[in-house]
Amino acid sequence: MNSSTRNMYPLAFLIPAALVYCTFFLFPTSMAFFYSMTWWTLDDWEFIWFENFIQFFQEPSLRIGFRNTLIYAFTTMGGKVVLGLILAVFLCSKIRNKDFLRSIVFFPALLSTIAVGFTFSAMMHPTNGVINKTLALVGIDGPNWLGDAKIALLSVAMTDIWKGVGIATVIFIAGIMAIPTHYYEALKIDGGNAIQSFFHITLPLSRPALNTVVILALIGGLRTFDLVWAMTGGGPGFSTDLLASIVYKQYASGFFGLATAGNVLLFLFVGLIAFPIFKLLNRKEVDL
Amino acid sequence: MSSKQGDVMDQAYQKDSSMPLDTMAEKKKVRKGLFALESIAVLFAIIFFGIPFYFVIINSMKDSAAAAELSLAWPETFQFLANYKEVLMLNDGIVIRAFINSSIITVSSITVIILICSMAGFILSRRQGMAKRLNYVILVGLMIPPTIVPTIWVLQNLGLFKTFPGIISLESALHFSFACLLYTAFVATIPRELDEAALMDGCGPINLFFKIIFPLLKPVTSTVIVLSSIQIYNDFENMLYFFPGAENATVQLTLYNFTGIYGTSYHLLFADVILISIPPLVLFIFFNKKIVDGMTAGAVKG
Amino acid sequence: MRHYKFYYFSLLASLLFCALLLVGCNSSSEEETTSNGEGDTDNNSTDTEEAAEDEITEITLLMGEADDTEGFRAVMNAMEEDIGIKTKIELRPGGPEGENIVKTRLATGEMSDIMLFNSGSLLMALNPEKYFVDLSDEPFVDRMMDSYKEVVSSNGKVFGIPEGSSQVGGWLYNKRVYEELGLEVPKTWDELMENNEKIKEAGKVAVIGTYGETWTSQLPILADYYNVQAEVSNFAEEYTAGTAKFANTPQAQRGFERIQEIHDRGFMNEDYTVATYDQGRKMLAEGTGVHYPMLTQALQNINDNYPELVDDIGVFPQPSDDPDVNGHTVWMPNAYLINKESDKIEAAKKWMEYFISDKAIELYESKSKSIGPYVIEGVELPEDSYTAVKDLVPYFESGNVAPALEFVSPIKGPNLPQICTSVGSGQLIAEEAAEMYDDDVEKQAKQLGLDWD
Repeated sequence: MNSSTRNMYPLAFLIPAALVYCTFFLFPTSMAFFYSMTWWTLDDWEFIWFENFIQFFQEPSLRIGFRNTLIYAFTTMGGKVVLGLILAVFLCSKIRNKDFLRSIVFFPALLSTIAVGFTFSAMMHPTNGVINKTLALVGIDGPNWLGDAKIALLSVAMTDIWKGVGIATVIFIAGIMAIPTHYYEALKIDGGNAIQSFFHITLPLSRPALNTVVILALIGGLRTFDLVWAMTGGGPGFSTDLLASIVYKQYASGFFGLATAGNVLLFLFVGLIAFPIFKLLNRKEVDL
Repeated sequence: MSSKQGDVMDQAYQKDSSMPLDTMAEKKKVRKGLFALESIAVLFAIIFFGIPFYFVIINSMKDSAAAAELSLAWPETFQFLANYKEVLMLNDGIVIRAFINSSIITVSSITVIILICSMAGFILSRRQGMAKRLNYVILVGLMIPPTIVPTIWVLQNLGLFKTFPGIISLESALHFSFACLLYTAFVATIPRELDEAALMDGCGPINLFFKIIFPLLKPVTSTVIVLSSIQIYNDFENMLYFFPGAENATVQLTLYNFTGIYGTSYHLLFADVILISIPPLVLFIFFNKKIVDGMTAGAVKG
Repeated sequence: MRHYKFYYFSLLASLLFCALLLVGCNSSSEEETTSNGEGDTDNNSTDTEEAAEDEITEITLLMGEADDTEGFRAVMNAMEEDIGIKTKIELRPGGPEGENIVKTRLATGEMSDIMLFNSGSLLMALNPEKYFVDLSDEPFVDRMMDSYKEVVSSNGKVFGIPEGSSQVGGWLYNKRVYEELGLEVPKTWDELMENNEKIKEAGKVAVIGTYGETWTSQLPILADYYNVQAEVSNFAEEYTAGTAKFANTPQAQRGFERIQEIHDRGFMNEDYTVATYDQGRKMLAEGTGVHYPMLTQALQNINDNYPELVDDIGVFPQPSDDPDVNGHTVWMPNAYLINKESDKIEAAKKWMEYFISDKAIELYESKSKSIGPYVIEGVELPEDSYTAVKDLVPYFESGNVAPALEFVSPIKGPNLPQICTSVGSGQLIAEEAAEMYDDDVEKQAKQLGLDWD
């Protein structure tokens, strides 16, 4: 088996990927670790050990940033996984207009973040927005979605789910489509119903898709900030700042060394959360 | 190989049509319930996903002042042609040039990504020991953004900065992790027995991969095409830093022609949004069918 | 068989790609050959000169999206016709993102021939001596007023020319509503608050807040600088040296207190936390909102969208607590700078000379009206200027103006917009905000390499 493995699966197949990935990503990015310990003006640097890291931890909105990043990542991940799975099952069933519905669900993923930001900011306007106007029709006094520091982050997270659920759905659809139909038939013959078929076949067998969606959505959620930036600019005040937006602001202000240190810390933080989850998911996959 | 695949497929369809008779009545009832459920679902989908879409479209047809209200109201005066024409004519057709640039970058990067990631995913999925060690290196690509200035240095030293090959290589590297993870996950669903059978037939690794495995990966390939191309097509940051120059405009950058501190031309902005969303939408509609075709690939395993 | 479509697809794609690359290479090599050909045939020297005159020089220019105005385009077209310089414009985002792009491109040696950037503190942070061409000896520089030369100079060398007119940051107000309600232009902060109270009673929005675009929240503190420097004359120097802080200078902290007072007394529009700059300008023009602390650049957009209403808008300086201290805080125009690495420096200088010629300024003004006095000697405001701009003239004539802090000190803390929205939305009080901002400023000083310990 061992020699046949070596023959059938040659490592040479990895070379093109390794070449591209290392040259254009890993190599330049690893320089970040060096520059995170410098006072850096892009054309000049001075080694200052861990001063940037110390400075980063004194950032005024850092605690808000950590808390918000966790809330944002897990909310959007949960929303995308649950909604994406439901939509995928629904869109794989025998319904009419499947293609039309799939396109409509996927459309938000095609739109640029700037456009989505504008659209939802307008719709979430406290007095003139479509959402609150609709709520007013049924007698509910809608909140100030983006202007209220307490709920602004969740409003953005909801928009993110809306924008990203199409991608999760597509991955789930690919996963569900890969499930051999005879499993379902066997269950049908045994008299199983739709709910059983979901829990006994669809869910366990679309595991690779589920793992992929969880990992992608979680890492994406921990790292992202562009939608927040487009919709609230981190405000009101600092209430919707995320770790990534804090780093971004530092970079934008020309604190290049500090921002690089922030990115290294963000990387460690994401790794600390994502690696164990990745390991757990993969182990379960083997168990199956 | 393909005739064998066809047989299995036919069998699957036959099974599907040979339904036991006594369940037919029940089936009808279920159908009715399903229809109601379906209608509700369609309605919800249209409300949740359609209204923002309607918002963008309707505002792209208003005049400047009406669009600035950002409302769902029906426009008093339609400016459909005028707005879209203005967008297309802007700055000697910068939007069209951006279309061409973005298309070149997207199509080429996707080709590279599919090739290198499917090969890497195949090996990583089959050689579990190796995958365990490398998985984390690959995940890093999802977790850390590129460090801008060193990346520019690398591109400059290779003479690739501000060139198509440069930005294509870079986009491929940045989207490698995502596609590679998808491929690794889905190669696992293809039974190893297939490889062994091919080995018995005297298939070498290149034939095994390109003739047998790669065609079976069609649904994932479609998924990768759809998802990565949209990300690359809609990429803004990387194009801004790694592909600068007046000639090198890309679609997302064109949006900046309509926003600004002196006022945003919402009607033109939304018209541009619609225009630049058409190619990926067409791509999706086309490949969506391919993803559905995945059924045939799934049937092989049965 | 269907899977072969994939091969076709990728094959087609790569072919297409290669073809396009070839086309690209071809066209560039063609250009080369034609120019070589010209050189070969031009034996006659007069011919060569003529050809040089007809030849169009291309200059690349990097500018913020917002600077691409009609007036600018008109000047560019005229320039191409008059002196044969064609400008290829590359737009970048504004704000911090844009600063970043400029810094990255300078550091990697990829800057365009000419670039447009802020004057004052942000320009100083770029290390202008290293990157830009010294214009001190150019005759056209003498046309610029000394006040402007100061904000584009470093170590006695002048680097930039102005993009347009200067502007002020103050309180834009709706004169029509002022008349209706019988209000007077306030001379002190308390009078302004009284006016606000009356406007609120009349059921209108007293102060327009547009925190949806965070930078707009800073105006009450930035426009207060005239008052700060009138009372603490050496504030800028001591602030730059790190001895004067916002928290330990009551006059400076007063700016944060003013934002807090506007919030605490509920003078702002209901949706001030999310309203946009566009919505703010609309409210002001239509008179549903009466005061808008803002830069006079807002007039341009009001003129575009509500040309019949723009002359209802006036402007007064942010009043201080003392009726004798009353003057405008001035923002200097952005500067065009020439990249030292450019191989078209001479053409770029011609570009500049043309850009600040009387003809070009007149043309610019005819398309995009000025938002404040010009910083070029001898260029007067035209008769048909905006009413608000005319309001400014007496202050400039009597010298009751001072440049904003960012033009007299190299340090501006990057978090000021968010600190201001925190105060304005009641999440911070003025003292906390001042302390937080001092920390922010210290961080900036460190990055600039100032010795502060």
